[in-house]
Parts: sequence; C-alpha cells; structure tokens
Amino acid sequence: MKWDEFFVTGEPMIYASMVAIAVVSLAIPIGLTYFKKWGYLWNEWLTTVDHKRIGVMYILSALLMLFRGGVDALLMRAQTARPENGLLDAQHYNEIFTTHGVVMILFMAMPFVIGLMNVVIPLQIGARDVAFPRLNAISFWLFFAGAMLFNISFVIGGSPDAGWTAYFPLASPEFSPTVGNNYYSLALQISGIGTLMTGINFIVTILKMRAPGMKLMKMPMFTWSVLITNVIIVFAFPVLTVALALMMFDRQFGTQFFAMQNGGMDMLWANLFWIWGHPEVYIVILPAFGIYSEIISTFARKNLYGYKSMVISMVAISMLSFVVWAHHFYTMGHGVMVNSVFSITTMAIAVPTGVKIFNWLLTLRKGKIEFTTPMLYSLAFIPIFTIGGVTGVMLAMASADYQYHNTMFLVAHFHYVLIPGTVFAVIAGFYYWFPKVFGFRLNERLGKLSFWVIVVSFNVTFFPLFILGLNGMTRRMYTYSASTGFGPLNLISAIGAVGLAIGFIILVYNIYWSVRYSPRDTTGDPWNARTLEWSTHSPVPVYNFAKVPTVDSLDAFWFSKKNKTPLAEGAYEPIHMPSNSGMPFIMGIAFFFAGFFLVFSWWLPAIIAGLVILGTMAFRTFERDHGYHISVEEIERTEEALRGERK
Amino acid sequence: MKQLFPLPHVMGFVFSLILSLVALAVVYFDLSYTAGMTILLITAIVQASLQLLLFMHIGENSDRSTLYTNIAYALFVGVVTILGTLFTMVWGYN
Ligand SMILES: [Cu+2]
Repeated sequence: MKWDEFFVTGEPMIYASMVAIAVVSLAIPIGLTYFKKWGYLWNEWLTTVDHKRIGVMYILSALLMLFRGGVDALLMRAQTARPENGLLDAQHYNEIFTTHGVVMILFMAMPFVIGLMNVVIPLQIGARDVAFPRLNAISFWLFFAGAMLFNISFVIGGSPDAGWTAYFPLASPEFSPTVGNNYYSLALQISGIGTLMTGINFIVTILKMRAPGMKLMKMPMFTWSVLITNVIIVFAFPVLTVALALMMFDRQFGTQFFAMQNGGMDMLWANLFWIWGHPEVYIVILPAFGIYSEIISTFARKNLYGYKSMVISMVAISMLSFVVWAHHFYTMGHGVMVNSVFSITTMAIAVPTGVKIFNWLLTLRKGKIEFTTPMLYSLAFIPIFTIGGVTGVMLAMASADYQYHNTMFLVAHFHYVLIPGTVFAVIAGFYYWFPKVFGFRLNERLGKLSFWVIVVSFNVTFFPLFILGLNGMTRRMYTYSASTGFGPLNLISAIGAVGLAIGFIILVYNIYWSVRYSPRDTTGDPWNARTLEWSTHSPVPVYNFAKVPTVDSLDAFWFSKKNKTPLAEGAYEPIHMPSNSGMPFIMGIAFFFAGFFLVFSWWLPAIIAGLVILGTMAFRTFERDHGYHISVEEIERTEEALRGERK
Repeated sequence: MKQLFPLPHVMGFVFSLILSLVALAVVYFDLSYTAGMTILLITAIVQASLQLLLFMHIGENSDRSTLYTNIAYALFVGVVTILGTLFTMVWGYN
C-alpha cells in the first residue's frame, strides 16, 4: 500500500465529496458543542437500549443510505442517458453500480425493515422491550460501523468494483487489486454479525414475551412475518458469514478457495453467495408483506382475509426460499437436470405469493376503504408487484433465461419486485407508525403528492428497461453507441429517475413541514387501528404499557374499542427496565477501526482494535447490572401527563 | 468461587481448540486420503456435538416441540445447502 493510493484522486466529484465529508464532520461536533447537546446525544441516543430509539436510529441511517444509494442511481442514469456519454469512466461506473446495489440492499432495505421491527414488534405483542435490549444496541452499532466502513471506501482506498455479487474470479486480488473488495468483505461481515444477533433477539422476543393470552395464531400478521423473517435470517446469514470469511482469506491471506487453480473453485462463491442471497430477498420482502397486511386491514376496516393461509404461505415461502438459489446462474455451466429442478422450485414460489395477493384483494372486497397515504402505497403495490412477479416467472424458465440473463430485463424485474415490495412498504410503514413514535401524523396532502410523483416516476424509470433488455442491452454497460438505438429509452428512464428524486425530496420536506406544523395527536390511535401498539400513548412512554394488556383474540384492541372493554385491569406495579450502556457504542467504534485496519492489512493496529473488542466483552462478563425500577408514583405521573391531565 | 467457575465451558473451549488442531494436523502430516478424511469427519462430528451440547444448551430445554422444530429446520437447511451445493457444483455440472 503506497500512501498516494490512500486517498482516491483525480475526480472533481470525489474532491467535492471529500470537502463535503470534511465540512460535515467538522460541523457536527461544533454544532453539538455550540448547542450544548453532547450530554443529550450520549444519554438519550448513543447509550440507549430502548427498542423505540434504536428503531429510530436504524430508520434515520436507512434514510441517509437511501440518499447515498439514490445519488449513485442518478449518476448511473445520467451516464447512460445518451450514447457515448463521458460523465463517468468505466472504472467509476463499475464502482457506482457496485455500491448502489450493496448500499440499497444491505444498508437501506435491511436496516429500514429492522428499524420498523424494532419500533413496532415489542409494542405489537404487548412487551416492554425486546428480549435482549443490550444485544439489540450492539446489533445496531455493528450495522452502523459496517455501513460507515463501506461508505468511506469511495474517498479512502477506492470502492469495490466487482458488482454487488462480487463474483470470483473478478473479485480476486488478481483482477481486483485495489482494497475495494476488502471493504466489501469486512463491512458486510461486521454488519452481518449485527443482523444475525437481531435475528436471534427477535425470535426469542416473539416466542417468549407476548402478552398473556396472545397465542401464536392470535399474533398480528406483521409479527408473524417478522418471526418468519428472523428464522430465515438465522439460517441464511451464517452462509454469508462463511463465504465472506473465505473471501477475506483468499484476498488477504493467500488461500485459494475461489481460485481457478490449486483445487479452488470460482463458481463456489456464486453458489454460496446465492444460498444466502435468495433467502435475503425474502428477508426484505416478508416483513413488507406483514406491513401491507396491517395497513390494508386497518384502512379497509375489516379483519385480514384468510389469516391461516397467510401464515401457511409465509412458512412455505421461507422453506422454498432455501431451495431456489441456482436460478441466479442458470447460464453458468449446469446441466439440464440442475436447471430443471431449480426452474420448478422457483416457479413453485409463485403459488404461496399468489395466495397472499388474493388474500389482500379479498380483504379489500366490500371494505370501507379509506385512501390514506400508507393505504395508497399498499394499493399501488399489488399491481406493480404483480408485474415484477410475472416477469420473475418468465426469468425462472431456465431455457428462456438464456435470453434474459444479465440484460436490463433482469434489472427491470428486480426493481419491479424490490421497489413496490420493500421500498413502498417501508415508506408506507413509516407513514403509518410515524405518529406512534413522534405523536403527530405526517401531512397527508404532501404525502399523497410525493406518492403520486414516486409511483409515476418509478414506472417511467423502470418500464423502459424491460424493453431495453429485450432489445439486447446488457446490464452494467457504462456506455453504448448511438447505432444500438438504446438512446431514447435510456433518456426516458433518466427523466424518471429525476422524478423519483423529486418524490423523495418531497417526502423529506414533508417530515420537516410536519415536525413544525402538524397538529399533535392526543388519542394514541390516529388511524382507528386494530393492534396493540395503538392502545398505548403516542409518543410511547419508555415502559411502553403502564399495565400489561391481556389478549383473547386477534385484533384485540379493535374489539376492546368496539365492546368498550379495557385491555388491562388491576393497579399499577413497579416496572423493571434495563439500564443504558455505552458499551455497545464503544464496541461499534472498535469494530469500525478493526475493519478499517484489516482492509489495508495493517495487522498491528487491527490486533489492538480486536483486543478492545475482546475487552468490551470481558467488561460485560464481569459487569453487574440488574437494571432499574420505575416506581408506581412515577408511572402515575407519566400517565397523567400523557393523558394531558397534568402539565 | 468454585460454583461460579464455568468449568464445562472452559473445558469445552479447550476441547474445541484441541479438535481444531487435530483437524489442522491433517494438512501438515502426509496422510493418505482415506486417513485424512476419516480424521476430518470424526473431529467434525465431535466438534459439532460439543458445540450443540455445551454452548448451545441443547437438552436443557423443557419445551420439546420448539427443540424438535428447531432441529428439523436446521437439518433441512444444512442438508439442502450441502447436498444442493454438490448437486449444482459437482454432480450436475457440465
Ligand atoms: Cu433468487
């Protein structure tokens, strides 16, 4: 490693972002000192173990990453907007489509989903926190350390450039000699460990901490979807962990697992990557299905149609998601037998998914539908996602896939699945649960405006890509000649991308506007909803529920409102809560530096950072912390203040 | 102090290190293919059961159905991953 390779040089855009990073990293401490907010930041956020705050931090980071990945997308669309464009060179384009993919899947979709899980799940099952609050904080800080490590790659050392799938041999040190793919293996590894711990945490929370009377088959659909998602996380992520470790050994310690000689096998990487990669798709899609189920049944004012079949189809999807991975590389040398088997399993997934689509449609049937912003996203999801699903079945046919493979048709397909499937869902969930966390709704007029801009622009951006793909435009081409005729459709797509950017800017403006002017909600139940999280105050007090609710049916809160029976009885009791800790944050920093030093193969500093990590664990082993109790008087005081009886 | 010391866990840790070293020895000593594979298989099985019994507290659970569901799911994913990889990468590869 030569020092002149340490900083990325030679691009005006990179210099501009370096200046921007320097300005921001100076502005934050100066601002914190000026407004005397250091204590607030440390006590209320950095050391918190409260699931609601951790959820908010996840969602904030996800929004940040949405804009980072969005800028990547805009640059790509700008580069391909006209033939022979010179905005980006090939290397820069490679880095941008790689980081766009990784950031959007692992540092935007995943944390957004996990953030919503954090905020909602304990409330929805009537619990006071997750099962392991401290572990939850560690999960967040590991994710954050991984995300930051990945993001600095574009100014220090250079970004990964072998695609988000980092296929070998392209990602081997021979063909990718920069540190870019070291960032890939280490940043994903660190945040992946955090995700794995989230998986265990939420399985235990849902299995062990439900309110009395809430049998498994009386859980809200979002809780069910999150339970199944976390089971998939626990079984799929270890494969990624192993694959990334082997990648690190290959790149930095000279092993030959994915090499083409000495007994290595380059295709094994693709194989392991997709054994994790396909379940990963369902890790971000299933919670989205849960979110839509909640929203559709709330705003259709009906209970969810076919509850049992919904649960069964999700379990079926979770099993099937593990037996389809080879459909990502039909064209890479398998025999007919392998391709046929994976074609059939892949098409089988359309069955449970179809069951869910019909369940939502039948829930809507004869409902008194209320067209709120979250409901609009849910309604737009059904037809758009169906286009994504149907093109998926087209791609699932191995022989036809020889035509579609690696073309823009595939790119259009997975954007048609992931954007209505996951992005619309997390935005809908964001609008839906926002009042629960902050105590006021986002503005509906601005919300609907941004909805229409986003939905229309989405189709303008991605529909032309189907046609481009069928016309033979391959993905990851940084430029093309005018004679190909790809120009006009790419230009339309670029215009759509600008529209999407405008839509998201309106969304952010809506947050700003609503913080300032939106009327405060005092009921705790602004949508007239059905599940337990709406039975407590908004914003939610630190202990969630003053008295633990008792549940005897699905949608218990809805029936308690209808029959005017209280969900909880008896007197207040002191509440046992976990205490805050700075340890997870310090651990995150140590992991960040350990990862950073490992990227550059600076062994001694990496070992020191590793020892700090071990030190935090040893500290935890010998720490005695039994949490604290909130007294009955304090609960009474808080409750009165939240009901507006005392100022 | 004696009751507080996690003896089984420390023993388990030491054993897993020893088992890893034995497995590593296969590379360093010139063994025949069958001998090497036998050693690797035996150490792998002992290692896995050690982890399951000592560190993952299998058998300490009173809730049998959860335990069996868990094992069934893990077996499903494990078998699919290993046999599936052999199927796609070796047996069915052109
Ligand atoms: Cu797939």
